[in-house]
Amino acid sequence: MSTEQQRTIRCLVAKVGLDGHDRGAHVIARAFRDAGFEVIYSGLHKSPDEVVQAAVQEDVDVIGISILSGAHDTLVPKIIEGLKEYDAFEDTLVLVGGIIPEEDRPELYELGVAEIFGPGASMEETIAFVRENAPER
Amino acid sequence: MEALIDDLLAGKHRALARVITKIENRSPGYRGLVSALHEHTGHADVIGITGSPGAGKSTLVDKMAKTYREEGLTVGVIAIDPSSPFSGGAVLGDRIRMASNVGDMDVFFRSMSARGTLGGLSTATTDAVKALDAFGKDKIIVETVGAGQNEVDIVRTADTVAVLVPPGSGDDVQMLKAGILEIADVFVVNKADVDGADRTVRDLREMVHMRDASPLAGHHGAGAVVDVEADAADDDDDAWEPPIVETVAKTGEGVDTFLETLEQHRSWLGRTGELEAKTRQRYAAEIRTLLREDAAGLIAEEFEARGGIESYVDAVIARETDPYAVADEIIEPIEACVRDRR
Repeated sequence: MSTEQQRTIRCLVAKVGLDGHDRGAHVIARAFRDAGFEVIYSGLHKSPDEVVQAAVQEDVDVIGISILSGAHDTLVPKIIEGLKEYDAFEDTLVLVGGIIPEEDRPELYELGVAEIFGPGASMEETIAFVRENAPER
Repeated sequence: MEALIDDLLAGKHRALARVITKIENRSPGYRGLVSALHEHTGHADVIGITGSPGAGKSTLVDKMAKTYREEGLTVGVIAIDPSSPFSGGAVLGDRIRMASNVGDMDVFFRSMSARGTLGGLSTATTDAVKALDAFGKDKIIVETVGAGQNEVDIVRTADTVAVLVPPGSGDDVQMLKAGILEIADVFVVNKADVDGADRTVRDLREMVHMRDASPLAGHHGAGAVVDVEADAADDDDDAWEPPIVETVAKTGEGVDTFLETLEQHRSWLGRTGELEAKTRQRYAAEIRTLLREDAAGLIAEEFEARGGIESYVDAVIARETDPYAVADEIIEPIEACVRDRR
């Protein structure tokens, strides 16, 4: 009886840390919406705990972490640890957006970040990546 | 599937979240999940919060959750946001306002978009409430923008409905139009510190009195027919007149009074037998809704088997047949089967 429905991709767009620059996050949230995704926007200045709470409760397929403060080396590991604590890491696609120096990237990939989108990344590229890599559940 | 239910009942947040996702997506097997949950439900108080955009619903819900948590109660929140009619996507921002309950996993907050499935949203909401109830939440809050019939149906899944009115917005008249007045058990004039709040309270009071005085006014809609006689008998002694509460959600002012009022309504529901009547009516409506959807699915399948509805439409346009005749033709074999098996 169930009619086949295309699964809606749910994303959390999260701003962590103390920088107040959320323009990029807004732009990506809107682009994701226009791509047909459901976007939960966290608001500014979120702690890793809040991001984990939101990701677990909202059961998102994708977390896009926007960091422009340079604190990615402490914030991203905390989020990933939190996700693991709730068994939510395995089937969640973790993306990082913002300014991440080249030398810091390998470490983030190592942690389990699927992709890093810097200032030059196009919206189409990002959306296509999400579509292709959103976890099968 | 069974493991998922076990995990949910054992209090695993991830399992609860996943069950709600399956409910929302109507994933294969979701019906079995909801069926299995049913026997574990019936313990939570369900509160509906509605009102126009910007009335302060999310902020009030945040403060409600905080107060409940201070009393040692656990809380589930379902916040429903409209989705974009163009892309089907949505930005769900209600979570931003849940600032008082950061990191507290015992406030389970879930955003849902109105995914434009016809009538499906109230079913999904009902089912998600069941998941939270079975999980063991003491208080479940369903928050939605009050804009139309769909939203009215959603808040009807609640035992107690609070309608938020921002002061001085002229929204009172709008509400009358939307038929939201009839579903309110409690009115909340939020942002009561703003100019014009007194006037809004006065206007509302007048409207509530007018409603009660009107001979056409049913009793809350819920259980209207059953209640006619009961009402005539004990009119005034134990009828519920929606109180008007003033709050300033931003500072938390008035929230205690508001929650007390909700408790009063809850105990009134229990005392008068209204809760039982409501519950019965809700389950009857749920069964009917499910069957309507199933029957519609069956008919869609039948059309598919006959090569789609379009050829019938062609025939109707060419005046070879008419919609009634088509309906008869399609329903006839189904009817025959059903009667055969009865």
